[in-house]
Amino acid sequence: MNESLSQIFIGTLLTNNFVLAMFLGLCPFLGVSSRLGTAVPMGVATTFVMLVASVCAYALNLLLNYFQLEFLRLISYIVVIASSVQLVEMVMKKYSPALFRALGIFLPLITTNCAVLAVALFQTAREYSFSQSLVFALGGGAGFTLALVLMASLRERLQLANVPTLVQGTALSLILAGLLSLAFMGFAGLGAGE
Amino acid sequence: MSLPNQADEGITFDTFMEGVWRQNPVFVMVLGMCPTLAVTVSAVNGLSMGVATMFVLVSSCLLVSMIRHLVPKEVRIATYIVIIATFVTLVDYLIQAASLALYEALGAFIQLIVVNCIILGRAEAHASKNPPLKAVVNALGMGVGFAIGLFALGATREILGAGKLFGITLFGDNFQPWVVMVLPPGGFFVLGGWLLLFALLRSRKEGKVQA
Amino acid sequence: MSEPIQPQTTPGSKMIATMALVASICGVLIVGAFEGTQDAIAENKRIMLERAVFKVLPGAASVREYAATSAGIQPLAAGAALPEGGVKFYAAYDQAGVLKGVAAEAAGKGYADVVRVLYGYDAERQVIIGIGVVSMRETPGIGDKIITDQAFLKNFEALDVRVNAELTALANAVKVVKHGSKTDPWQIDAIAGATVTSKAVGRGINDSAQKLMPLLVPHIAELKS
Repeated sequence: MNESLSQIFIGTLLTNNFVLAMFLGLCPFLGVSSRLGTAVPMGVATTFVMLVASVCAYALNLLLNYFQLEFLRLISYIVVIASSVQLVEMVMKKYSPALFRALGIFLPLITTNCAVLAVALFQTAREYSFSQSLVFALGGGAGFTLALVLMASLRERLQLANVPTLVQGTALSLILAGLLSLAFMGFAGLGAGE
Repeated sequence: MSLPNQADEGITFDTFMEGVWRQNPVFVMVLGMCPTLAVTVSAVNGLSMGVATMFVLVSSCLLVSMIRHLVPKEVRIATYIVIIATFVTLVDYLIQAASLALYEALGAFIQLIVVNCIILGRAEAHASKNPPLKAVVNALGMGVGFAIGLFALGATREILGAGKLFGITLFGDNFQPWVVMVLPPGGFFVLGGWLLLFALLRSRKEGKVQA
Repeated sequence: MSEPIQPQTTPGSKMIATMALVASICGVLIVGAFEGTQDAIAENKRIMLERAVFKVLPGAASVREYAATSAGIQPLAAGAALPEGGVKFYAAYDQAGVLKGVAAEAAGKGYADVVRVLYGYDAERQVIIGIGVVSMRETPGIGDKIITDQAFLKNFEALDVRVNAELTALANAVKVVKHGSKTDPWQIDAIAGATVTSKAVGRGINDSAQKLMPLLVPHIAELKS
């Protein structure tokens, strides 16, 4: 598809937001979004992993196609992602231990974040060029962070509100997510051409 | 020397039912959400995804359990991931060979089964510590629970959003489909609704036991 | 009572050996599945393609894949790569081996994602005679009307895609116009309330025809055999 870079970015950030429109990255979305302080670093860390994964996936894909080993695609992508997450963990532990502790278990869980693997798989399926893939990963990560920040802000506010016990927790998050998703549907058609 | 643990209890009915009711991955543990919401626009899609995930879950847990004594603990997560990815690749090809229409409907989410937290979680928490038969029964229970969850969601969204079930139109011409239900926001709302229902049922049950 | 367990790190060789064992088991499983299913998958794809082509070119009985390049048209073996700058199209023949028409794919970005259609082209009259939606994720009840809306589909019963005299492009670009304002045979009447999706279809067809027709029309006689 001959999409321009800005179309890809806006499309992935708003119209086809990874979390609110394509249902990717929901586990961390529901798990980490209770506080703004953890939401932003999580989003940034995930975006970084997505960029690394995107570059590696592009290179891997060229290799796999050359040697006609397409059936190894899924395994190689996931191994690369797991390694990138290990790398990010080690770097964060060294340079920002407080942040590392704050994110806790959710950092290694970036490996199982479907959004990261989805970036790699989708860019391969849509046959994006290198720059298109990078922009796609950036848009995806930014969209994920945007959704996280919105959710965290809403949930922080709601902690002071009178919510019935039954609704509290995940059910409330899902209803909030539904409303956000409904709002984001308003972006549909953005950048669709003349 | 192994410490006394669940492995010594043998296989009970609870081993199976644990995944279906008490620890249902969709309604109780709220895990593996991505495919749950994305694919359940119809009952058939939900069910197929549930069955595909169950296949990967059971085969992965079987293999993990069979080699559990051989795998050193430092590399266990990496090993489990490779095993799961293998079975997902298998399922991917099997579905393509069986029905291309179904493959188009389920889309990328077949390959995304590999990052479904349920499978890695079960492999780590249960299959790596139990003999093969017990691991398989437990995985089957989880898989069935997951499939039931996906089916419930898919059916609700299809009935409300398209007025059909399994493609069979249920209502007359006057029915105005609640289209948002088959769109992303609807997925969130319907799952939230089901969770509310389950929370209600559980609190009633606990209320009766305490009183 | 169990002795205190010494924390021991596993020797590197054991880790490597285990990973190698697991990798071999998995490798065998994957390759086995791949080889075992390739034939069935290729067959499924062929059936789906035929079904789609027969739908837009009624009366067809067999399909042959071709690539159109600036050098001419050449048959494309199943699964072969498309030559540089080539456009893929399908030639459909009826039971007697007579050319019924040509089918090609068109894709345009719609409301939610890419809308892909297959269109049937009548070489004699240089018009598109039908479309079939291959894949789309448009809004149910609104965008998906492109499949069911009879008035919209009528646009494609004789859509003019004649090539200009220089054989460089279409004589008139295919354009989507507001519902009810169609005046020329190369225009498409959009569906009221579903303009984005309608435009996606129109744009896709225009892009595809602009690329394919100038390359195909000079060589159309070669297909007739």
